[in-house]
Amino acid sequence: MLDNLSLLGMVPSLNLQLLLDGLLIGSVFALAAYGLALVWGVMNIKNLAQGDFVIMGGYIAYTLSEPPINLHPIISIPIIFVVMFVFGWGVYHTIIKRVIERDLFTSLLATFGLAIVIQQLLNIAYGPDVQTAEAGMEIREFFGGDITIADTKLVSFLLALVVGLLISMFMKKSRMGRAIRATSQNARAARIMGVDTNKVYAFTFSLNAAICGVAGVLISIIWVIQPFFGITHSIRSFVIVTSAGFGNLIGVILSALGLGTVEQFSGFVFGAEFQQATVVGLLVGVLIIRQIMQSRQRQVVK
Amino acid sequence: MNIKLTKVIFYGSILLAGIFAPILFPAYTFQLALLWMMILFALTWDILGGQMGYNSLGNILFFGAGMYICTVVQIGMYYDVAEYTAHFGAVKVDFTSYQYFTGIATGLVVAAIACVIIAVIFGWIVFGLRGPYFAIGTLGVAIAAGELVGAWDYVGGGGGISLPNYPGGPADREMFFYNLCFISAVCTFVFLKWLYSTRFKLALNAIRDDEEKAEAMGIHTNRYKTIAWSFSAFFLGISGGIFGNMTGFIEPLEVAFPTVTFGIFMVLMVLLGGKGTLWGPVIGAVIFHLIKELTWTYLLGWQWVALGALIIINVVYFQQGIMGWAQEKWPELFGITLDETNSGTEEKILS
Repeated sequence: MLDNLSLLGMVPSLNLQLLLDGLLIGSVFALAAYGLALVWGVMNIKNLAQGDFVIMGGYIAYTLSEPPINLHPIISIPIIFVVMFVFGWGVYHTIIKRVIERDLFTSLLATFGLAIVIQQLLNIAYGPDVQTAEAGMEIREFFGGDITIADTKLVSFLLALVVGLLISMFMKKSRMGRAIRATSQNARAARIMGVDTNKVYAFTFSLNAAICGVAGVLISIIWVIQPFFGITHSIRSFVIVTSAGFGNLIGVILSALGLGTVEQFSGFVFGAEFQQATVVGLLVGVLIIRQIMQSRQRQVVK
Repeated sequence: MNIKLTKVIFYGSILLAGIFAPILFPAYTFQLALLWMMILFALTWDILGGQMGYNSLGNILFFGAGMYICTVVQIGMYYDVAEYTAHFGAVKVDFTSYQYFTGIATGLVVAAIACVIIAVIFGWIVFGLRGPYFAIGTLGVAIAAGELVGAWDYVGGGGGISLPNYPGGPADREMFFYNLCFISAVCTFVFLKWLYSTRFKLALNAIRDDEEKAEAMGIHTNRYKTIAWSFSAFFLGISGGIFGNMTGFIEPLEVAFPTVTFGIFMVLMVLLGGKGTLWGPVIGAVIFHLIKELTWTYLLGWQWVALGALIIINVVYFQQGIMGWAQEKWPELFGITLDETNSGTEEKILS
């Protein structure tokens, strides 16, 4: 551990490498976290199956890229967007619709059950091995091989950027986007003004599933997917949204990039097996900081 | 008098069933011991989740902490822990039966007390969180604890520790641990039955119904929350110590801090049986354990899918649980009666 730290001090380019990797991966985390912030802010649903949607998108991309179909993962993104949208629609109408008015823990537990079902079905279908969707791209070298950037990471960064821009355009300009924003501000007032909030909820949840699906494709290209990695992605999204606050797109992007970077550095210093511990530790840390910040304003019987 | 007699017969028959079940069905002793442990899990979860309205997903933290503390004390009393764990249990040291039993007894006591201390410390961190933040925060703490123990070589790291051998035959061993599980579950039940008849339960219910108003009424909510959590921690710590010895091998992720198995089972059992009642968790635990054993036997491979589906169906369609459903169906059995004298007089006045 200390060896790794001193190595970071001795080789400055290594820092740059980790920073770049972190930022590029963080951009993909931002997508899933943005979906969670959307669902959380609009419908007040804490979706613990978020990460499993991501992994599911990744597995669909992996299946399409394998022999019988041989579709390039990047080309399959629109297909996965549609498939996951329909899937989200189905989940909304079977489960989420019935828990939306209940207390918050109900939605948390229901989506946790959903997460177990998804990860286990994926485990039965694909087995517990890690998989990668092959994009067949090169790795670029800079400064005489000191710094390497895989083309896939650059492409996925750009794609995440494009998808993010498209979604924020959609939220600003389209009629549905306006309805979503109105519902998140005040659902009752929106209903009085003639917005069909049920439709808005269904659309928001489906859109979230679709965004997660796209994030999953990008993850499957640049990293690995495995049926049980979903929970880590869910916790990542929760860390990002809790530290940024929902309805704050810039905050979500910044904390996603920050999380990606911190994860890369801690993975290097402590070893790869501590990646999950880092994410969870950050979650606990963020909650403690929030707690201290709030306890300054809170007045209780002592 | 009659009601009292029925109660005596009822509780007596449960106790007799508990004592004689392993003698009648010796092949199922381990499963029966596990059943008592499940009942203990559900009862302790319900102190916070049902009575106080704080839905924790991380109570399993105390189970794992108790398991590790008990083991370390047990070994540490007569042997060097670091040396013992360094061999990953390959070199087994034979403990005399005096050493073994004093080790277990001291280990369980220390584990229970240490878990209470841990509960007080973590209570400070997590009790400022409300609702879903509390659930996610406790889940995070439990997962982090598992990962940290896995990295700590002194207690065996990810390789785990295998516990000292029981000085005696396998049948004696099974009965010994069955009785420990049975006694600890019964003690938990009796303690909670007493606890729920005191003002303490009313304070917890007040916190569940409206924490701000409870605070305004002069209830020290933070103190009550911490004490309630300490009670769960106390019993869970003991159960962890027993379970570690019963399985004979402990390891951080699957055995000691199984957030997605035992950690979620305890929530599910309470929801199945009915939150906020004394008997709900017990009934839920029995039914859940039966379902679980059946699916694990007959649906192998699909058991987790069935379990996830059960969670969804339970939460979405049947949230009041069996006790809640029974209370709606036969309210008079639970002492919930409509005050008919008042409505009657009103009609008389009108007529």
